[in-house]
Amino acid sequence: MLAGAAAALPGIYLLVLVAGDAGGAISTVATARTLGLAAQTLALTLAVSATAVAIGLPLAWLTTRTDLPGRRLWTTLTTLPLVIPSYIGAYLLISAVGPFGLLRDVLDAEQLPSIYGFAGAWLALSLFTYPLVLLSTRAALLRLDPQLEDAARSMGRTPRQTFTSVVMPQLVPALATGALLVALYVVSDFGAVSIMRFDSLTSDIYITYQSSFDRSSAASLGLLLAVITLALLAGQSWVRGSLRFDRAGPGSIRPAAPIPLGRWRGPALAFCASVTTVALILPLGVLIYWASLGLGGEGLAVTELATNGSNSLLAAAAAAAAAAVLAVVIAILAVRFRGRMTVTLERISFLGYALPGVVVALSLVFFGIRIAPPLYQTLAMLVFALTIHYLPLAVGSVGSSLLQVPPRIEEAARGLGRGPLEVFRTITTPLVAGGIFAGMALVFLHALKELPATLLLAPIGFETLATDIWRQTSRGFFEAAAIPTILLLVVAAPPLYVLAGRGTPPSS
Amino acid sequence: MKPAHSARLLLPLALLGSLVAGCGGDDGSDPVAQADSGESVLTLYSGREPELIDPAIEDYEKQSGVEVEIRSGDSAPLAATLLEEGDASPADVFLAQDAGSLGAVEAEGLLAPLPPEILEEVPARFRSDGGGWVGITGRARVIAYGPDVDEADVPDSPLDLVDPEWEGRVGWAPSNASLQAYVTALRTIEGEDVAREWLEGMVANGAQAYESNTPVRDAIAAGEVDLGLINHYYVAQAIAEEGADYPVAVKFPPDDLGSLINVAGAGVIASSDDPGGAQDLIEFLLAEDAQTYFADSSKEYPLAAGVEPDEALVPLDQIPAPDVDLGDTTDLEGTLELMRETGAL
Repeated sequence: MLAGAAAALPGIYLLVLVAGDAGGAISTVATARTLGLAAQTLALTLAVSATAVAIGLPLAWLTTRTDLPGRRLWTTLTTLPLVIPSYIGAYLLISAVGPFGLLRDVLDAEQLPSIYGFAGAWLALSLFTYPLVLLSTRAALLRLDPQLEDAARSMGRTPRQTFTSVVMPQLVPALATGALLVALYVVSDFGAVSIMRFDSLTSDIYITYQSSFDRSSAASLGLLLAVITLALLAGQSWVRGSLRFDRAGPGSIRPAAPIPLGRWRGPALAFCASVTTVALILPLGVLIYWASLGLGGEGLAVTELATNGSNSLLAAAAAAAAAAVLAVVIAILAVRFRGRMTVTLERISFLGYALPGVVVALSLVFFGIRIAPPLYQTLAMLVFALTIHYLPLAVGSVGSSLLQVPPRIEEAARGLGRGPLEVFRTITTPLVAGGIFAGMALVFLHALKELPATLLLAPIGFETLATDIWRQTSRGFFEAAAIPTILLLVVAAPPLYVLAGRGTPPSS
Repeated sequence: MKPAHSARLLLPLALLGSLVAGCGGDDGSDPVAQADSGESVLTLYSGREPELIDPAIEDYEKQSGVEVEIRSGDSAPLAATLLEEGDASPADVFLAQDAGSLGAVEAEGLLAPLPPEILEEVPARFRSDGGGWVGITGRARVIAYGPDVDEADVPDSPLDLVDPEWEGRVGWAPSNASLQAYVTALRTIEGEDVAREWLEGMVANGAQAYESNTPVRDAIAAGEVDLGLINHYYVAQAIAEEGADYPVAVKFPPDDLGSLINVAGAGVIASSDDPGGAQDLIEFLLAEDAQTYFADSSKEYPLAAGVEPDEALVPLDQIPAPDVDLGDTTDLEGTLELMRETGAL
């Protein structure tokens, strides 16, 4: 309950702001312009989600179920783009393939076609969000019982038929969750859409805040975002609720034997390599080029970078851990004790991710200073904010893993005399470990780059890599942000590699 | 994964989680801590670039022995934070990039009136009528132009940018506060119709909308557009950073509104427990050393203490200044509505 109340804070905040002026809220929202923006935002959301599935699903399958060489490495490399802040990513894209970007110099062309607008926003967001699908689908694939596939194969189905008729349907909840997370990311993103000059609801919220400090009309737009989110959630839960995914039979899952790729090994490697190239190597290349430009003058402030890096790690790791704990609680309530209350709780927990970061941060300023003044602007407050903001990432992953765990295993353990906590510790937790790790990885990567809440809620003097990037870009020189951005990738890689190792089938 | 493993892993997580969850349960009996400490500590909410403001504040700390804690961020979210914090704000001074943010905080009664001797350090047009904030530095709206345009061909007023000659060749940042302040001034001085006609003309003429001033400048440097409406110092800073052969130059347009001046300013938070110290900090920022520092480093216009601006700039009193009260530029509702109606936003 406490978890739910905490997760509901941003939503309550919006209601408090709007409550004073409901008529004004309706007139803000019900204009042709706002509705047009909502439609545009939705179109972008659908396009990006579809693309993310198209990239994330094959990667997830290749890195979990096949004999692809270097699966753990590919997982790490293809997940890393998630840590690039979207405005930096978009700016990188513009300087690489924009009308006057580096690619033009390479091709020696007069001018490349413009990528501003829908195309640019779609490209930037797809490239930096598909890991959301990748991670949640991986977790589901690792939980999938290979006996089903063996059965299908033994009855004469080809590997491809097996995939479409047996594996795919089992992946639906995870894909729906991944796509949902992508959709929420897109809905709440400000960085990429503003750099790509695409008008969305969130950019409107920012402009409204920035120009008129009209908090109630910004809040009305925020509530509209919340409504869109709830609609997306209803869609996801409809997909999930209509099917059963757990195994009927007893017994534990043995690791699936890797499917030999045979002559497809080449193309599969090429696919992984090209995704890695476009989403990671190219941006990194531009970053390194920028860094080399900026190194001439003052030297590297190594100690400062190290402090910022460890601050980032500290806050992100704490938020990932806290989110994992809360997510397990919420997911168990929502999946095992499905009822109106618990489903509402689960949905509310998603709001934190769908709202723009500045709204979440301001809602915690509002409540923090009233409810817990001694904690206001302390590290605990920051971790709390990051946890609330990214909780849905963990709830989604844990929830879809839990769906694949048959309740009768837990029931059997209870029947044999174990207490509920004991069952939870010894049965449920290990079985959903894959989902927990995926969720932690997602929260970690997001928290690492979070900016608005960190600026407003961190203790004074608590600098992170993200605030360092902001410092540099606020001077107007994106190039100067190269070094902290590279460091963000460097800091994220090892924990990600460890998390990717959990559940990756052994190489031989 | 083996059960033992996960238990070992989850236990510390659970502890951490309960620690964090505990945040919500506190009853707040312990008021904001640092208030009663003997040493002077000032808390500054700064919406200015840290690289610019930090050295000036360090000088102040050395000179006064007062410790200043700086929370840096963008001006608008910091203003919104102050509005949410209300009387409980830990801040003593608010330093903002624009009059709009200061005006919004002042309008809620959260800024204490400054004494006349501080206000009168700067010309009347660079401070609040209500006395809640005072301008520290100024920036002029200019037309920046790229290497393909001759200085003589750059129009004498932004209003001329609707000319077919400039079709698709102009960059601007309609979502940026500085441009919106310009439109507000245009509405106030030249009238609603002129402003509407200009915005419609800009949109019809294919003005390229960028996210903020910097991308506009970079787009000119890259050749994406030939002209751009930005603040003067973006180019001055780039020249300082990249050398004299930087491909973008600026013109201070003499006609119509001229080069409208916007200010960055500061005010004392009404709930500050050390208003005297807060005023002292603002006085320091208006004194000669700090003003000289701002003029040199950011290439902005110093507003007080008789300090001269960078010599490459047109002197402040020679910029044709429109007769506009910057306080009026805090009323942006109408501007936003007009910009949306005309498709500029």
